[in-house]
Amino acid sequence: MKITLGPLPYFWEKNTVLNFYQAAAESPADVIYLGESVCSKRRQLSQEDWVALAKELNQAGKQTVLSTLALIEAESELHSLRRLCELAADENLLVEANDMAAVQFLSELKQPFVAGPALNIYNGSSLDLLARAGCIRWVPPLELGKDAIADICEASTQKPETELFAYGHMTLAYSARCYTARAHNIPKDQCRFICLQHPTGMKATSQDGQELFTLNGIQTQSGKCLNLLNQWQEIRSQGIELIRLAPESPAVLNLVSSLKDSMENDLTTVTPYTEQHCNGYWNRLAGMELQV
Amino acid sequence: MELVCPAGSLPAFKAAVEAGADAIYIGFKDNTNARHFAGLNFDDRKARQALDLARDKGVKLFVAINTYAQQREWHRWKAAVDQAVSIGANALIAADMSVMEYAHTQHPDLHLHLSVQGSATNFGALQFYVNQFNIKRAVLPRVLSLKQVKQVAAANVVDVEVFGFGSLCIMAEGRCYLSSYITGESPNTQGVCSPARFVEWRETGQHLESRLNNVVIDRYQPEEKAGYPTLCKGRFDVDGHRYHALEEPTSLNTLTILPELQAAGVKAVKIEGRQRSPAYVGQVVSVWRKALDKLKQSPENFRADNQWMEVLQSLSEGSQTTLGAYSRPWQ
Repeated sequence: MKITLGPLPYFWEKNTVLNFYQAAAESPADVIYLGESVCSKRRQLSQEDWVALAKELNQAGKQTVLSTLALIEAESELHSLRRLCELAADENLLVEANDMAAVQFLSELKQPFVAGPALNIYNGSSLDLLARAGCIRWVPPLELGKDAIADICEASTQKPETELFAYGHMTLAYSARCYTARAHNIPKDQCRFICLQHPTGMKATSQDGQELFTLNGIQTQSGKCLNLLNQWQEIRSQGIELIRLAPESPAVLNLVSSLKDSMENDLTTVTPYTEQHCNGYWNRLAGMELQV
Repeated sequence: MELVCPAGSLPAFKAAVEAGADAIYIGFKDNTNARHFAGLNFDDRKARQALDLARDKGVKLFVAINTYAQQREWHRWKAAVDQAVSIGANALIAADMSVMEYAHTQHPDLHLHLSVQGSATNFGALQFYVNQFNIKRAVLPRVLSLKQVKQVAAANVVDVEVFGFGSLCIMAEGRCYLSSYITGESPNTQGVCSPARFVEWRETGQHLESRLNNVVIDRYQPEEKAGYPTLCKGRFDVDGHRYHALEEPTSLNTLTILPELQAAGVKAVKIEGRQRSPAYVGQVVSVWRKALDKLKQSPENFRADNQWMEVLQSLSEGSQTTLGAYSRPWQ
């Protein structure tokens, strides 16, 4: 089973980003997803910067994938998406499609792609349809449990690779509204990149103190952090080919190392569960639950 | 513009017909549609009765099969498509690729509308559905500004329908797991959001508390009006402030921008609310019928009548309405 690093969920300073990927190049991660998938205004790195970074990481022996924006509203965002797809095709880089527009563009370009977790694949026929459009790997929607994923894999005749999102705060919803700007009581159109001040998002807590959600720009993420790392043996035995960690902080690279170590030495515990963790969806429960 | 209206029961269907709907959408009694609530929706017999009513008055009937088909239960979605065809529905409103593929290959004459749950917010995504399934119309998610709606409609990939009035989803529909995160049941899989069986009200002495699967969604002072604990409309604490962190209890109302929507080339407006009573449906549809008739008579002189606005406001969540994402400052 390969270890992958998903795209950056939060908005970091350019130097932080570059330093992080320099360290990631030395890590045991096999596949690294790059690019801005949350907000089109987060442009500390240009598309060319991301492509350059992808090539550097290729040199370091990593497979790289360019991730697209998940919620595409303005025509300018759609043009920028098309440009990214064309750029990737020219540079022979794989793209993770997080919106059906990306699927459309990539299939027009006859480029293989990864179907990201924001595409709605709930059955084998849908997966096969995308496979015929060029999908070579899929990341199941986050709300699917192990049985549902196994059913889809079994029903699929095309059998693209399966990559499971296994660690990090889960994106639960996308909106036109920027909740970070709202929390600061400023308009989205004059956001002054306020999310740079929140490199791990903002917590929304219930009135009795339970951390419910993490606000990350236009995304509403889970309050708890998904942790399926300790279930890596079960995940692998189900035939899942890749396991994804979200780069929530530079410290995620320690988890990558410890997962690699656990896999090599057949150890069960990668990182101990805390009250901040959840694994409900995988275990057929509400997403916020933790089953130890 | 076509007026597309909701009906969760035969009496609501009658009310919509009488109030002047051009088309009415319904769902069957299972999780194949996004309003899978107890006591709601149509079995085969009721659906056929609805269709008779509709045909008498020249009203179209659409069937919403707009949840995502899970592998083990896929036969149920297939059966729902066949049933919609057998009763003679004018169009199917669908979200799942496999459902559309089945409908398109097995029933090529059936008109397909891409449901709002299909989450297509731009003409690139719409092109995919047109190419794959020859969809005839798409319902746009409530995340686009008026300018963005114009851009999508102007691309002329497929006819566009937008939401006009009703409960406001503030997340891109079809990609929201807030409900399954807290309760295990989501719009995509079960056709529900913040389902009623998880709701609990607690009187604590100081306040009335609403809970969903034991999670506190809001607390109300005695003078405050309590609302249904929809997850995205709770009051939460962020950075030391307690407020409606995502959205306030409010309904969408686009009556004031009808001329712009028409000029943009929008082909239909949809009223939300299959879970609403026949009286609600009748009142809302009647206001929108008047508004659309007036718009047709003289688009340049159209003004949203105060009385219409008052009626709609009185029927709204929290008695307030918003233009939602259509208005840039809302975002």
